[in-house]
Amino acid sequence: MNAPFLQHDLKTSEVWDRLALVTDPELDESVTELGFIELVTVDDTGGVDIVFRLPTYWCSANFAFLMADDMRRAVASLPWVREARPQLRDHMVAAEINRGVSEGRSFGDALKDFASGGSLDEVREKFRRKAFERRQETMMLALREAGHDDQAICRMNLETYDEIEFGSGEAARQKSRYREVLVERRLAELPGDAAFVTYDGHPIERYELAQYLRRLRGVRINMEFNSSLCRGLLAARYRGLEGDRADPAAGGAPACGGCGSGCAARSAGLPVTSGKHPAAIA
Amino acid sequence: MYKTPTGEEVFVIDGHTHFWDGSPANQLNVHGKQFIDCFYAYHTSLSPPDKLWPKEQFEKYSAEQMYRDLFVDGPDDMAIVQSTYLTEFYKNGFNTIDRNAEMAKRYKDRFIVNGAFDPRDGERALEYIHYMKETFGIKGVKLYTAEWKGDSRGWKLTDPNAYRCFELCEKLGIKNIHVHKGPTIIPLDKDAFDVHDVDHAATDFQGLNFIIEHCGLPRLDDFCWIAVQETNVYGGLAVALPFIHGRPRYFAEVISELLFWVGEDKILFGSDYAIWTPRWLVEKFWNFELPDDLKQEHGVDLTPQAKRKILGLNAARLYDVDVEAQKAKLKKGAYASAAG
Repeated sequence: MNAPFLQHDLKTSEVWDRLALVTDPELDESVTELGFIELVTVDDTGGVDIVFRLPTYWCSANFAFLMADDMRRAVASLPWVREARPQLRDHMVAAEINRGVSEGRSFGDALKDFASGGSLDEVREKFRRKAFERRQETMMLALREAGHDDQAICRMNLETYDEIEFGSGEAARQKSRYREVLVERRLAELPGDAAFVTYDGHPIERYELAQYLRRLRGVRINMEFNSSLCRGLLAARYRGLEGDRADPAAGGAPACGGCGSGCAARSAGLPVTSGKHPAAIA
Repeated sequence: MYKTPTGEEVFVIDGHTHFWDGSPANQLNVHGKQFIDCFYAYHTSLSPPDKLWPKEQFEKYSAEQMYRDLFVDGPDDMAIVQSTYLTEFYKNGFNTIDRNAEMAKRYKDRFIVNGAFDPRDGERALEYIHYMKETFGIKGVKLYTAEWKGDSRGWKLTDPNAYRCFELCEKLGIKNIHVHKGPTIIPLDKDAFDVHDVDHAATDFQGLNFIIEHCGLPRLDDFCWIAVQETNVYGGLAVALPFIHGRPRYFAEVISELLFWVGEDKILFGSDYAIWTPRWLVEKFWNFELPDDLKQEHGVDLTPQAKRKILGLNAARLYDVDVEAQKAKLKKGAYASAAG
């Protein structure tokens, strides 16, 4: 067995694990799961290159910048990493974003020729709220489905929430993700705290629940629109490319270094065809 | 004319179509290439596999092909063809009013040609509106608030220059203002397709109709809220409708929200041709039924009458099309061409 090689593999897989925690703020889904990460390379001196691409050349620069910056932070938090270098490809302002993130500049500063300036904190907060609400709706609907009445949901505490099992569907996936925001924003921490409150920390009364859920559905419909469109566009954009890379018989390395969750193009079951990388034309 | 499985005839106005040239020969730069590539990705990701076009055909198609796809193979009776200039990306523009009008005049009684303007052009925008009215007799325009121009990264319907244009439109009877408020396809730091400016403009210009293309998605909730307040705000279904194929449950949720908030009198069908072709969209839409749980929850239904309105009657009202007279004209035209 080749020990250094194994260690190298281990490091690469640690990077993928960290990247899996980075979400597209607009979609509230992991960048690895969305298939945005094209390649991860780890060198001998603790440098990590992360190549990523987005569904279109026109995708919002603010979200692209946030994701690149989050990737840099997430990967740099590994103890052995000296430098994490996210590189966005095939995007209208890729050069500005890559330079800005590597130099630790603010979005407004990095893209001052393209944007009207300002910080992204407001955008980040706006989408964190949406993510919370989408996760919360999933859990509330799953609880209703499982036979809990509205009164029980509105009064449920964190301890009871933790004890409920949701099998393997979307609710099972969102259970811990919802809890994570509750704790992060200190909306609920102790076992006796209410598990379902608004993002601003207000209790939700039983008589308000139907109205509240109607609003949350609106949030989900918008996010699902983006999410569904983005997955489709990414798959369509890199259709040929994924085939070339993922097919070891064709001599290419796997496109995905092990996100373990099926990249967009693969999960869509796309045919293996030859194609030209857009960057080669650009 | 769409013929239902039970033999009824349904009058169809396709509210959103294009006659573009996105071919490499017309591309001015990489942006032009990426723009049509992005459209093609929409086409390939949401169309049924048997409706896919080769890339070359998608980049540039002939007038004959468009006519066939919409009116011969397709169920449209009439189509509104929108103008989008994008002169910073394409040498001769993407689909200018001149190109559209040239195509439309070959097919009598079929097309309603809409113009476009950019309020940032100031006086020239006003002159251009006069020109379009006098030359092409337009009744509507398509506006694109996120378009870049020089240092500007977009504009709002509430800008003073936009208001001057709307005043002129109202005066000249250009009463249908289609506004692209949909997926972001040009990067901006702020949300360039935010729908809130529609609210103010619609209040201030009661003589104009604001048709919000793509229903503001992914800002459907904001759009619905505004449409409830403003009687002159409509929703165009382009881009939302193709989900009926791959994700019917999702489409059901969207159309339920629209029926509940906006109502069946204010929703317009549009294929967004050539991103999608109308035949499969209309067939699937006609055969679509809302799931019972959504019907009950929202207290709405997608009845045959609602479908008729969405597919044609609502647009006919906005564009002063006398449906019975139009049907008679088209029938006569069909006999004439059959005889010829």
